[in-house]
Amino acid sequence: MTLLAFDWALFIEKLVLIAVVIFGSLGIALYSTWAERKVAAFMQDRIGPNRAGPLGLLQPFADGAKLIFKEEIIPNSANKWLFILGPGMAMTAALITSAVIPWSSHLEIAGRIMPLQVADVNIGILYIFGAVSLGVYGIMIGGWASNNKFSLLAALRGASQAISYELAMGIALIALLMLTGTLSLKEIVEQQMAPGHYWNIVYQPLGFLIFIVCIFAECNRTPFDLSEAENELNMGYHQEYSSMKLGFYLFAEYVNMFVASAVMATLYFGGYDVPFLNESLLSPNVAALVGIIALMVKIVIFIFIFMWVRWTIPRFRYDQLMELGWKKLLPLALANMLITAIVILWLQHK
Amino acid sequence: MGITAIVFWILSALTLFSAIMVLVSKNPVHSVLWLVATFFSISGHYIMLNAQFLAIVNVIVYAGAIMVLFLFVIMLMNLNTKTEMKKNLWMKLGGVISGGMLLWILISVVRTYAEQSKGHPKIASVNTGEIGLIKNLGHVLFTQYALPFELCSVLFLSAMVGAVVIGKKN
Amino acid sequence: MLSSHIMAAAPVAAQHASSYLPIALQIVFAIGFVALMIFVSALLGPKRKTNDKLANFTSGITTHGNARQPMAIKYFLIAILFVLFDVEVIFFYPYAVNFKSLSWTGFYEILLFVGLFLIGFVYIIKKRALKWED
Repeated sequence: MTLLAFDWALFIEKLVLIAVVIFGSLGIALYSTWAERKVAAFMQDRIGPNRAGPLGLLQPFADGAKLIFKEEIIPNSANKWLFILGPGMAMTAALITSAVIPWSSHLEIAGRIMPLQVADVNIGILYIFGAVSLGVYGIMIGGWASNNKFSLLAALRGASQAISYELAMGIALIALLMLTGTLSLKEIVEQQMAPGHYWNIVYQPLGFLIFIVCIFAECNRTPFDLSEAENELNMGYHQEYSSMKLGFYLFAEYVNMFVASAVMATLYFGGYDVPFLNESLLSPNVAALVGIIALMVKIVIFIFIFMWVRWTIPRFRYDQLMELGWKKLLPLALANMLITAIVILWLQHK
Repeated sequence: MGITAIVFWILSALTLFSAIMVLVSKNPVHSVLWLVATFFSISGHYIMLNAQFLAIVNVIVYAGAIMVLFLFVIMLMNLNTKTEMKKNLWMKLGGVISGGMLLWILISVVRTYAEQSKGHPKIASVNTGEIGLIKNLGHVLFTQYALPFELCSVLFLSAMVGAVVIGKKN
Repeated sequence: MLSSHIMAAAPVAAQHASSYLPIALQIVFAIGFVALMIFVSALLGPKRKTNDKLANFTSGITTHGNARQPMAIKYFLIAILFVLFDVEVIFFYPYAVNFKSLSWTGFYEILLFVGLFLIGFVYIIKKRALKWED
């Protein structure tokens, strides 16, 4: 009973942190849409959005405002409540995933230590898996509730693809967890920061490669955006949607991309660690700030890679996608896991 | 009433409400979603018992995998034709009897347990148990229960064969 | 044996159920935000509904029936195989955490487990259950 005693200061601290994380991820998602168009323009030798504000920087706000003020359309034949629930679930699942990511070490304000992580839990990485597996419902419910054959087909494709790649992703991760021995993301970062340790990418290059491919599939990004294949399916599972509900589906994709980048940076690239810098020499607040900046730089690089791939690699065919996930990545991830286990045990008992 | 008790009652109310909604809903897809909500609130209970790994596995496997399968199955059905089975009186009577017997057993279990532990009541260890943490659980699983663990994989093998036999008719 | 094991585990702070309260808070916050946004946008948009507008969009072709039809069993097979493999992966997590202390014994256990699973996997592929085009 006493263990759950209510601590109002802690409550407010966490509430502020949660608000910053949620609105921060929404802000980054907003600007990812802008960046995507700029990157696309750059790669296709165009200029991209440049009317709203300098360099088109106000474009995301114009788009957002437009989405809010658009007419809500719920088709006559749709299931009304499920139709509303679908995008809500997609967005909620995207927003809650970031709860266990350590953004930096901790701040010290007036003697109070504030960890820059919403919750450091024992099973951190599994929580992310749980939240990701909920994202599937957003797609399935939305596509089914629309009562449109195209939407339904796209939703089935999207859901099957997401669940198929979850497996290889999980097994690739196990190999990493064998190295770390913990599921807490904070501890995983601290292990990588410790002197004499390198980032996990050095120990798990193949695991990371499998992981990033699966992340692309989970986020429904090209080359795996089969659920939005407009030449076969019109627009995808959200084709009956308009207004903010459509906005949620599009936005959830960018929030997912942001969180996925943060997860990859945390697991394989040292999280908020700055290479060749001993953070313990700095004062805690400066170290925390440097840490956030370092993590953000890594995240931005990953988001750029997402976009780079989108405008470089054409879409897979659906049978190729399934083949890759089940027959190639899954055995490869299993082999990676077993080989990692053998190498670690051999080094341990040498 | 401490915060633990408040959280417990809220979670219990949520669990019961969504479980009832599973039965009451006319649309099978609604039922599945209420079942997902039920699993979530049960996971909340697991967390209160400090069975953290169990809580998240409940979400991943039941809410994330099995319920997706349920949704697929419902979408496989033809929901246009109203194929609600004609429930005759005997079926209803059978349902009431078997449900009542289950309820009877549950109540008697709770009652005999309460009588046995009279004087020195045992309360579920809220927040203190450590066996539900992944490290301890894994240790027990791979030392004490290694054989059942291996037998699990045989079970999975048979399940896979079953799935393929049902799914592939050639 | 077990007690020393617990001592070696992660810092105490992360192990109590109370560390999940912030997560609950974030979930409530996210649901509240999403609900508010859907409500606000429903309030702000214009409402000029006509029957044509509220019909399903199928690129201008007249719709035949609706989408409440049975679909290919392939998706069902993928889902059921996913459930089985997902449970397998879940078993690996407690193993990975205890991997170093279990040493070679644990590895042989997992090798047997994976081996039996691979038999199933090969069977699935031989039966062409994962073959998409047929």
